[in-house]
Amino acid sequence: MADASAPTERRRTALVGLLLASVFAVATCGLIYELLAGTIASYLLGDSVTQFSIIIGTYLFAMGVGSWCSRYVKRDELRLFIRVEILVALVGGWSAAGLFLLFPLVEQFRPILYGLVFVIGFLVGLEIPLLMRILRDRFDFSETVSNVLTFDYVGALAASLLFPLLLVPHLGLIRTGLMFGLLNVGVALLLLLLVPSRASLMRERILALVVMMSLIAGLLTAERIQRWSEIAAYGERVIYATSSPYQRLVLTRHDDDIRLYLNGNLQFSSRDEYRYHEALVHPAMGRVARPANVLILGGGDGLAAREVFRHPGVRHVTLVDLDPAMTRLFSQTGLLRALNGDALTDKRMHVVNADAFRWVRETKARFDVIIVDFPDPVDFSVGKLYTETFYRMLRPHLAPGGMAVVQSTSPLVAPAAFWTVAQTLETAGFQTRPYHVYVPSFGEWGFILAGLVDPGTTTRLLPGNRFLSDATARQALVFPLDMARRRVPVNRLDNQALVRSFAEEWARYEG
Amino acid sequence: MKADAGGPSRRAILKGGMAAATVLALPACETPTSGSSGGADMALGHRLRDGAFPEPVREERVPLLIAGGGVAGLSAGWRLREAGFDDFRLIELEDQPGGNARGGRNAVSAYPLGAHYLPIPNEEARGLRHMLRQMGVIVGERDGKPVYDPLQLCADLQERLLWQGKWQEGLVPRTGLSSKDEADLAAFNRTMADFSRRRDTEGRPAFAIPIAYSARDADLLALDRMSFAQWLDQQGWTSSVLRAHVRYACRDDYGTEPADVSAWAGIHYFASRRGFTADGSGDNELTWPEGNSRLTSLIADRLGDRITTGQVAFRARPDEKGAMVDVFDAQQGSSIRYRADAVILAMPHFIATRLLGEKPDAAYSYAPWLIANVTVDRAPEGKGSALAWDNVSASSASLGYVVATHQSDSHTGPTVLTWYMALSDMPPASARRLLVDRSDVDWRRLVRDDLLGMNPDLNGAIRSIDLWKWGHAMVRPTPGFLWDVAPRQRAAILPPFFRAHSDLSGLSLFEEAHYRGMAAAEAALSSIGHPHETLL
Ligand SMILES: Cc1cc2nc3c(=O)[nH]c(=O)nc-3n(C[C@H](O)[C@H](O)[C@H](O)COP(=O)(O)OP(=O)(O)OC[C@H]3O[C@@H](n4cnc5c(N)ncnc54)[C@H](O)[C@@H]3O)c2cc1C
Repeated sequence: MADASAPTERRRTALVGLLLASVFAVATCGLIYELLAGTIASYLLGDSVTQFSIIIGTYLFAMGVGSWCSRYVKRDELRLFIRVEILVALVGGWSAAGLFLLFPLVEQFRPILYGLVFVIGFLVGLEIPLLMRILRDRFDFSETVSNVLTFDYVGALAASLLFPLLLVPHLGLIRTGLMFGLLNVGVALLLLLLVPSRASLMRERILALVVMMSLIAGLLTAERIQRWSEIAAYGERVIYATSSPYQRLVLTRHDDDIRLYLNGNLQFSSRDEYRYHEALVHPAMGRVARPANVLILGGGDGLAAREVFRHPGVRHVTLVDLDPAMTRLFSQTGLLRALNGDALTDKRMHVVNADAFRWVRETKARFDVIIVDFPDPVDFSVGKLYTETFYRMLRPHLAPGGMAVVQSTSPLVAPAAFWTVAQTLETAGFQTRPYHVYVPSFGEWGFILAGLVDPGTTTRLLPGNRFLSDATARQALVFPLDMARRRVPVNRLDNQALVRSFAEEWARYEG
Repeated sequence: MKADAGGPSRRAILKGGMAAATVLALPACETPTSGSSGGADMALGHRLRDGAFPEPVREERVPLLIAGGGVAGLSAGWRLREAGFDDFRLIELEDQPGGNARGGRNAVSAYPLGAHYLPIPNEEARGLRHMLRQMGVIVGERDGKPVYDPLQLCADLQERLLWQGKWQEGLVPRTGLSSKDEADLAAFNRTMADFSRRRDTEGRPAFAIPIAYSARDADLLALDRMSFAQWLDQQGWTSSVLRAHVRYACRDDYGTEPADVSAWAGIHYFASRRGFTADGSGDNELTWPEGNSRLTSLIADRLGDRITTGQVAFRARPDEKGAMVDVFDAQQGSSIRYRADAVILAMPHFIATRLLGEKPDAAYSYAPWLIANVTVDRAPEGKGSALAWDNVSASSASLGYVVATHQSDSHTGPTVLTWYMALSDMPPASARRLLVDRSDVDWRRLVRDDLLGMNPDLNGAIRSIDLWKWGHAMVRPTPGFLWDVAPRQRAAILPPFFRAHSDLSGLSLFEEAHYRGMAAAEAALSSIGHPHETLL
């Protein structure tokens, strides 16, 4: 019909080549999105076998539905193909980022997950028959089928090899998704450039450019998206996540290692928490003649309480933790109760959900041992619980001959912060003995014994410890030069010196 | 939180994560917020103006009567007791003493209804420090300087400013400043520091609190005859950042725009605070969940049953032996005639003059304020600096909010935010009309929108908004007021009547009200012939 001039012919051939290349791209991208969904699902929801098989099933089924629906397309296949391609780029490209961001926000994650997989599968399913129909004018039927399917399967192979070997380790899930979205939209743009100009494709062009820009913007800010989507940042599988009015609680599990994060900060790793909790509890308990009445501030996970209950004379333990969500979690979940040995449901245990700052001011009770196990002073709120005022309020609640101990962050990473706690306790009228131990998941960790008289250097340890021996306990009192005491200010309510030095030192450490 | 295992940026994750989460979760629907509405007893106030009270049916004799139980009236009572003079009565028209320094309470927290803090008093505020020592606010002394109870000093972080989309510590913007802004801010700060250091030949500070202790140098008093805005223009300080900060200060302390505040009053805000304390925390302030009603309640406790609430004085006249005051008792629905040797009228000028049958001085004007106590299910957050006690937005028409539980708890969960707005950008009378005419639903919507503008993260967390309307909240230190009008009025006070109110000083501050209360009490004691050593 129209002129068969050479440039147009060359253009045609290029178009055909591009169309075949796009089969390859479509297949690769489609499979990548499917793998992404499967990985994210097993990462967030656990049980990877179930997740992968449901997702593969949904995806294949959706492809079938897409293929079936392609029969209703009567004309303009190329335009539709380009549109679908742009849509796949948008939905698939953003799928990983979207899933991560949505996970903490929505009640029902599964419908969204499967819905997304279905949409992508549907669109990809629509594409292949469309392509075959576009190409059928260029090749004969058997050649078309063979060409398309070959590229389809080769694409699948490429995807399944690239995904675990290259993409996940080097790009991460969010970036991988965005990259392949770019590939999709790139194909669409090339097609738009090569397609004969009689078809007006202005709208598609604009759309493709917008989608491409959004994906590029996504890639540039992937780091930040990653941070927003807290979940993506945990190296392990999230088995529980909830937000209370006070904090975000996330439990992860990797093989037998259970970890608790509060506001993104590690609280314990079940692999080595015994080191931390033995070191926190026993040096203080072993310095009191007959510890019967014990106060734990913080420590809503019940792990310190577990160690306390190992002492036979203990009659009452009062545990004050701000967050009911925390103590509920650790007194009701089987897995966690196994960890804390049912300490929170023990008959001798009295759990109080209150702000320790207020509770200590208002209580009349006295205790033989006070274990202060607050989170690190990361903000002004927790910072108040490390002030001279707080320690002064605490002092009258220590029975004569009693002993207190304060977890005091890492003396190696944050020596100024660590010694500020010691200095502050001393200003508040305590005599102190700082010590430190090594907890692999935390690093070098510090505690401070605080008594109305000198806590001394000896303690009586229970038999049956896994970590703390007499020799270790003695050794712990010695501070090497890089952690040695230095001149620091007192942490007061109106200066919060500790929060500031803590933030500075940890920022320097984390680079 | 012990350590961070692994990921370097984990520490920051959650903050960002939650912020993103809440922005995305904005529900579109708009539900009307519930809450109450109150204010200074307007019905009684209007009756007072119309003079529609029944004539007294009985008489009572009392050596000394205080009418008005705000900071000034209560402080007068406190001063009398300090002097060993116990035979007096204090009547208050509201059902609770405290005046503009009253507070409220709900299931979540106590909160202020008006005044919410007291800056650490200066060295010259002797009488006030004496009282704070008695009340356990000052707990000791070191090197001759007072030590304050750390629980009553505002805890760090004291204030933050929402500036260009990000919260930062302090109230003066520190980023994105032009060189003009920086130059003007620096010059302004230098000048204020000079004013703050300046003393007259007798050693009096140029700008003192209470202002009665200030120097009277002519060049200083001349500053009272022009507006603050005019004076700033004269200095060539046109930086919009500086001017916005100055405007915030004038509205915050005086409820008035810089163009309506005298330059002396404006400078006073910046050059008068030299908090006298052993801890070097002299620029800090004292605050409590219930605001300054902590102090008024403590004084009221010391006065005990000498206080009668629900009684409004509507007429005051001299008589043969001293004075008579006619008082309507709202509960009994009848009036009493008190006869006293001396009477302290501890109420604003426009009421006191009316009782005395005089014409109020037209130079007195009062700024109206709207307060909202907003109960929220969770603490406000935001990009940048963490939540502070006082949280202000550079782009809001309000003066921001203070957090009631900042002092009582370490962590903020459900709390009450006390939101403030001075209706300063129109004539006070129009603003008062607006305060009454606009519906509570509309006011609540305005409060909510303003709050969500500052903290979108509070969407869905607002439980109730309790409005409190102050028609005559603060006397306005307009040009000429502090050093011409107010002294003239003070000179016109004659026994057996004495007057105590912050508007006699012209600055609506706790220290001024307290000073005027003490001064009135001492003058009354002298006229009665009761010996005392001055605390002024
Ligand atoms: C919203 C707001 C915020 C403020 N914030 C602060 C702050 O943070 N710090 C600060 O220092 N200052 C603040 N102030 C200023 C505060 O007004 C003063 O600190 C102080 O409370 C004024 O006390 P006063 O005794 O002079 O006056 P008022 O509080 O006006 O006391 C007058 C009293 O007299 C009573 N009365 C009036 N007429 C009669 C009558 N006829 N018979 C009987 N009783 C009568 C009134 O009911 C009232 O109780 C604020 C004020 C407002 C309104």
